[in-house]
Amino acid sequence: MIEGARWRRWVFFNIPLLLFIVALLFPFYWMIVTSVRPDKELYRPWNAANYTPFWTLNPTLEHIRELLTETLFSTWMMNTMLIATASTLISLFCGLLAGYALSRLKFPFAGSIGTGIFITYLVPQTLLFIPLADVIRNFHLGDSPWALILTYPTFLIPFCTWLMMGYFKSIPKELEECARIDGATRWKAMVYIIFPIAVPGILSAGIFAFTLSWNEFIYALVFLSSPEQKTVPVGVTSELVRGDVFYWGQLMAGALLGSIPVAFVYSFFVEHYVSGITGSVKG
Amino acid sequence: MAQVAIRNLNKMYDDVHAVKDVNLDIRDKEFVVLVGPSGCGKTTTLRMVAGLESITSGRILIDDQVVNDLAPMDRDIAMVFQNYALYPHMSVYDNMAFGLKMRKFEKSEIQKRVQDAAEILGIQDYLKRKPRQLSGGQRQRVALGRAIVRHPRVFLFDEPLSNLDAKLRVQMRVELKKLHERLGTTAIYVTHDQVEAMTLGDRVVVMRDGWVQQVGDPMELYNEPANLFVAGFIGSPAMNFATVRITAENGDLWAVGDGIRLKAPAAFANSLGPYTGKEVVFGIRPENLRIVPDTDPAEMSIDAIVEVVERLGSEILLDVAVGPITMVAAVEPTVRAKVHDRLRLAVNPDRLHFFDIERETAI
Repeated sequence: MIEGARWRRWVFFNIPLLLFIVALLFPFYWMIVTSVRPDKELYRPWNAANYTPFWTLNPTLEHIRELLTETLFSTWMMNTMLIATASTLISLFCGLLAGYALSRLKFPFAGSIGTGIFITYLVPQTLLFIPLADVIRNFHLGDSPWALILTYPTFLIPFCTWLMMGYFKSIPKELEECARIDGATRWKAMVYIIFPIAVPGILSAGIFAFTLSWNEFIYALVFLSSPEQKTVPVGVTSELVRGDVFYWGQLMAGALLGSIPVAFVYSFFVEHYVSGITGSVKG
Repeated sequence: MAQVAIRNLNKMYDDVHAVKDVNLDIRDKEFVVLVGPSGCGKTTTLRMVAGLESITSGRILIDDQVVNDLAPMDRDIAMVFQNYALYPHMSVYDNMAFGLKMRKFEKSEIQKRVQDAAEILGIQDYLKRKPRQLSGGQRQRVALGRAIVRHPRVFLFDEPLSNLDAKLRVQMRVELKKLHERLGTTAIYVTHDQVEAMTLGDRVVVMRDGWVQQVGDPMELYNEPANLFVAGFIGSPAMNFATVRITAENGDLWAVGDGIRLKAPAAFANSLGPYTGKEVVFGIRPENLRIVPDTDPAEMSIDAIVEVVERLGSEILLDVAVGPITMVAAVEPTVRAKVHDRLRLAVNPDRLHFFDIERETAI
């Protein structure tokens, strides 16, 4: 806490905090205001007498209704949900086992394999989508959810593995040794002792993986083409921007509704999530 | 109930030779303590007995059965770790029951054993709590409870009291001793604390740099240390050492050093004879020095100047300057010595130690 005179608290704590909150929340506010603003206000020129960019006096749910009835938004939501959930589960499963092996088992080149996995995570998606497009075409997976369910793990598994490795390392190995002396096999010690303790880490990895695949854009843009297969980020931007016409109300309504599941997941697990990032098990 | 035999045990980590040719026979119901400074290989030896470290060469036998390749779970041992290693997500009851559940015991049997163990250790009231809601001493008891419910053949303790504060440590030490009396299970205990080793062990194994230095009951180690290291490690405050030269005068052997001139007792005549004219290390424990009047014969005493007075209550420790070195004398609490006082300290002739200066072995 900031100590000393009252002005110090304001200058070094309250005001910076306030600025920070405003900067973080303003885009959401803008999104909400725009999505409930009627069209005639949206396209009113900035120098008009009754121009009110930061609020609206005639809120309407028209854009949300249009979004849900006149576009495939609900289909996109379902697609995104399916793809994000499936690829998160696959990545978590692989990341959990790989992270455990790399942090606990002694085998040749364990360290370099760990580093190798991390390096694959650093290869930018903007490069990787080109060869991956070829792979997707060869396996005839294009324009289907599988194209994304199977390609998202290429960046999610390294991510989950790396995060879980760090978390497993923070769990004292004596716990597992004790379990093994107590009569558990390595597998049972892992399932009954290590995984339950690692729940905060697993949740963090899961939330991150879910968010990354929910927001993913490039792969979804390249591998999916028909409107009914698209995910929310791609659907909203490709179907609601026609030529140079931006359907701002619907765009913002789509962005708003699209961010709700992620916000929900975060708020639900936030406590575990924080303890997962700060790590460590207190015995 | 079991005996443990360790035969030519070696452990190599890459190019570090951590445990060197350890041989040890632990009898049924015996409490053996491995003691030594950190990095001496004591914990590694224990972990090899537990099956948590692979054995580079040698054999470990429990009840005449070679266990080298048995998994930890198949060795029928229980181990208590320094950090307790309690499962943080389980209640105390579940912590203690885990081993029995893994071994598929009847539910009623599990309940009975956990209750019994909890009663022995006085933790019945905490069975529903999680480990993080317990104090250090309580956690330690749970860790012990988890070991004893299994009725294993051998208990292994890896510095179990190191994380407790001094007072609790003494208390738990006594309880461990009682517990061992009561259960009579063979136990191997690792510690770096020589007081713990002396008070708990039926026999004590002193290790250093992977080698076993000496094996013996506590008083044997104290009274007849096999070498300079054991002599210095066992006993608190530590034994005083001084380099002296053995000289022969008028048929008697004398140990002569800076500020020291002592007549070697007749018992040493034979063993010290060959060292005549050579340097050896002379050792005397602080409690074997006593203040005498200046009129006392000088041949069995040392003249010293008091540098520091440490009043411990039950005794007083005097740090005294003897020539260029400092020695410690443990004297009666009634002694009124002040800094810079000149004292004459008589040595107990039956309690002198001499060590070969190169091989460091006792003479």
